[in-house]
Amino acid sequence: MMYFPEEVLEHVFDFLSSHRDRNAASLVCKSWFKVERWSRHKVFIGNCYAITPERLIKRFPKVRSLSLKGKPHFADFNLVPHEWGGFVLPWIEAMAKSYPGLEELRLKRMVVSDESLELLSRAFPNFKALVLVSCEGFTTDGLASIAANCRFLRELDLQENDVDDHRGHWLCRFPDSCTSLVSLNFACLKGEVNLGALERLVARCPNLRSLRLNRSVPAEILCKILVKAPQLMDLGAGSCILVPRSDSFTKLTSAFLNCASVKSLSGFWEVTPRCLPAVYPICSKLTSLNLSYAPAIQGNDLIKLIRHCQKLQRLWVLDCIGDKGLAVVASTCKELQELRVFPSDPYVGGNAGVTEEGLVSVSIGCPKLHSLLYFCQQMTNAALTTVAKNCPRFTRFRLCILDPKRPDHMTSQPLDEGFGAIVQSCKDLRRLSLSGLLTDQVFLYIGMYAERLEMLSIAFAGDSDKGMLYVLNGCKNLRKLEIRDCPFGDDALLTDVGKYETMRSLWMSSCDVTIRGCKVLAEKMPRLNVEIINDKDLIEETPDDNQKVEKMYVYRTLDGPRKDAPEFVWTM
Amino acid sequence: MEKGVPAGLLEITELRLGLPGERDRVLEEKKGKKGKKRAFCEDEDGKDGEEDDDVDDELGRVKDGVVGWPPICSYRQKTKSSCRNGGGVRVRYVKVSMDGAPFLRKIDLNMYRGYSDLSLAFRNIFGYLRVGDISEKDPKFSEYKPIYEDKDGDWMLVGDVPWEMFTESCRRLRIMKSSHSTEVDVEA
Repeated sequence: MMYFPEEVLEHVFDFLSSHRDRNAASLVCKSWFKVERWSRHKVFIGNCYAITPERLIKRFPKVRSLSLKGKPHFADFNLVPHEWGGFVLPWIEAMAKSYPGLEELRLKRMVVSDESLELLSRAFPNFKALVLVSCEGFTTDGLASIAANCRFLRELDLQENDVDDHRGHWLCRFPDSCTSLVSLNFACLKGEVNLGALERLVARCPNLRSLRLNRSVPAEILCKILVKAPQLMDLGAGSCILVPRSDSFTKLTSAFLNCASVKSLSGFWEVTPRCLPAVYPICSKLTSLNLSYAPAIQGNDLIKLIRHCQKLQRLWVLDCIGDKGLAVVASTCKELQELRVFPSDPYVGGNAGVTEEGLVSVSIGCPKLHSLLYFCQQMTNAALTTVAKNCPRFTRFRLCILDPKRPDHMTSQPLDEGFGAIVQSCKDLRRLSLSGLLTDQVFLYIGMYAERLEMLSIAFAGDSDKGMLYVLNGCKNLRKLEIRDCPFGDDALLTDVGKYETMRSLWMSSCDVTIRGCKVLAEKMPRLNVEIINDKDLIEETPDDNQKVEKMYVYRTLDGPRKDAPEFVWTM
Repeated sequence: MEKGVPAGLLEITELRLGLPGERDRVLEEKKGKKGKKRAFCEDEDGKDGEEDDDVDDELGRVKDGVVGWPPICSYRQKTKSSCRNGGGVRVRYVKVSMDGAPFLRKIDLNMYRGYSDLSLAFRNIFGYLRVGDISEKDPKFSEYKPIYEDKDGDWMLVGDVPWEMFTESCRRLRIMKSSHSTEVDVEA
C-alpha cells in the first residue's frame, strides 16, 4: 500500500462531499478510517435512535454540522402518538460538552423544547444555522433565545413546525449588532410579529438572500422590505391584501420590478387575486413557485400567473388548478422537474381536483419531470403507462388517489399494470408511494424492476404475504418500508429477518402481524429495536401472543432499546 | 380480512358501479345545511359544529375510520382548517379608530387569538402613524386606552371579558387618548 501523509489524505477527503463517499472511504483501511473520522465535519443521522450521542462523539470528534431525524414518516399523518419520542435535548447536552465548534443543526420530526433551544444558543459560540422541519415542542420563547444569543447566526429556517406562539417579540431579540442573516424563514408561525423590528432587521442584513414571512405580515410591509432588500433570491410573501390599482398596489408592483434576483416564490397566505399582476415582473425568472398554501388563488388568476413562469423547475399547487390548469403548465413550463399537487378539500370530492388527464398532459409537455407528488380523484392504467413512457426519468413518484382501493375508473381493474409500467420504465426510481386498488401483482413488478428503490409507502394494498415478500426479496437497495392496512402477517415479516439490518426502518400498522411475530423477530435480531405502539385502550397486562399488533416500528440500532420510550411503547 | 373494521371504512372501500364522486354527492345531499363543513376543521377553541350532526356523522366516519388518510401532513391540514377561503371560517371585521389619526382601519377580530395578539396589531397598525408628535417609542403612547362599543351601544374598556365574549360583542374599536375619557361615557 502506497504511503500517503495524513495531511494529503485529509485534503483529498475534503473533496468528498457526500456522506456515502466518506463512509466508503472510511472502510478502506485503518489509516483511512482514522484520517476520515478526524476530518469529518458533517454528519447525517437518519434515525436518532440508531446510535447514541456518545457514540457519535466518540467516532467523530470534530463535528461542526449535524442533521438528525426523529419520528417515523407516518408521524406526519397522526399515526404516531405525540409522546413517542425523538427528543433533541440529550443530543444538545452531549454536544455542548464535546463540540464547542458546532455551527449547524438540522432537525426533522423531532421534539425540540425551549430548554433545548436556550442551551443551543448558549453552548456554541460559533453557531450559524438552525433548520427545523416538522418539529414540535417549542414556543417563540425558544426562538427568542436563538435570536438573542447566537451572535453569528446566518440561517434560521422553520419549515412546517408546530410552534406555540406566545407573542411577537422574539424578532425584537435580534440585537442591533446582528447583521449576518442570510436566511430567515418564519412562515409557519401563527402569531403577529413586530413589524418595525422586522423591517429594521432586514435593513441591516445586507447578505439576506432568503426571507419567508408569515401570514401576519401585510402587503405594505412586504413592499417596504422589498425596497430595502432588492437582493433577495427566495421570497415567501405573507398576506397580500391590496386594493387593485391603489397606491399600495402600484408601490408593490414597482418594488417587485426592482427585485432582479428572486428565483423562488411562496406564501400568499391571504391574497387579493386581482392584485397578482404586481408579481408578474418577477415571474419570468422564477424557478420555484409554491402556491400550495394560497387557496385564494384559483382558476383563471392562477392560470394567468403560471403563463408568466416559463422557467419554472419546481411547482407546488393545490388541486384547484384542475386538469385545465395543468395543461397550461404543460405548455408553459418546459423546464419543470418537480410537481406537487395537493388536495384543497380531500373529504368533499366531486368536481374539484385533478384527474389522470392532468398528469398525462404534464408528462407530455414536461420531459424533464422527475419528481411527483399527486393527489387525485381517479386514475387509469392507461394513463400511468403513458406517463411512464413519456417520463422515464422519475426518481420520486408518489401518487395518492383520495379514495382508498379505488380501481381504474375506466376498466374497474386494479392499478397493478399502471404502477408496473412506472417501475419498469423508470430505472432510477428511488421513492415510490402507491394507492388505489392493488393486488400482489404490483409487488411482483416492484420486486422485479425497482432495483434502485430506497423508499416504498404502501396502503390498503395486496392480497397475501407474497406481496411483501416480493418487495423484500427483490429490492436490494430498500432502506425504508412503510406499510399500513395491508394483509401482511408474521410469515412475511419473518421470512428474511436479516434484511432489516440492511434497512433504516420498517413500519407496519393495521396489518396482520402479531405480538408473537414481533417477539420472534426481536429474539432473532438483537441489533434491531422492535417497538410496538399500543393504542391506549388496548394496553393489557399480559397480552395474548396471538393478538394483532396495531403499530410496529422496527429499526436497526447499535445501542439497544432506547431509554426514553414512553409506557405505551413496548420494545420486544 | 381485517376484523373490527369500522362500518364507514368498509363502505368507502366497497367497489361500486357508480360515477366517480357519486358517494360524495350523496353526502352533499345529506348535508342540506348552509355552507360546507370540512371534516378536518380543527377549531382551536374545541368547538365542533354542533348543528351539523348528520354531516359530522358521515364525514366523521370517513375521517375516523381511516385515520391518517389521505396522507397529508398534519401541519398542512391544520393550516388549511385555519385559513380562510370562500365558505370557510367566519370573518369579524370591525372598524378601529385612533384619536388624532386621519383615517380609520378595519381589522378582522377572528384573525387574532387573544388580547396580546390584538394589542400587537394595534401597535403595528398605528405605530407607524405619526400621530401629532407621538411615536411608538414615546412614553405618551401608553396614555392611549383601547375601548370598544358593544352590542348594546355601550363603550367598554378592552380586556375585561374573556376573548371569545369580546369578539362576539364588539362592534367597533377606538383607541382613545386618556385625556379624552370625559367625553365618552365608559362603563367601568
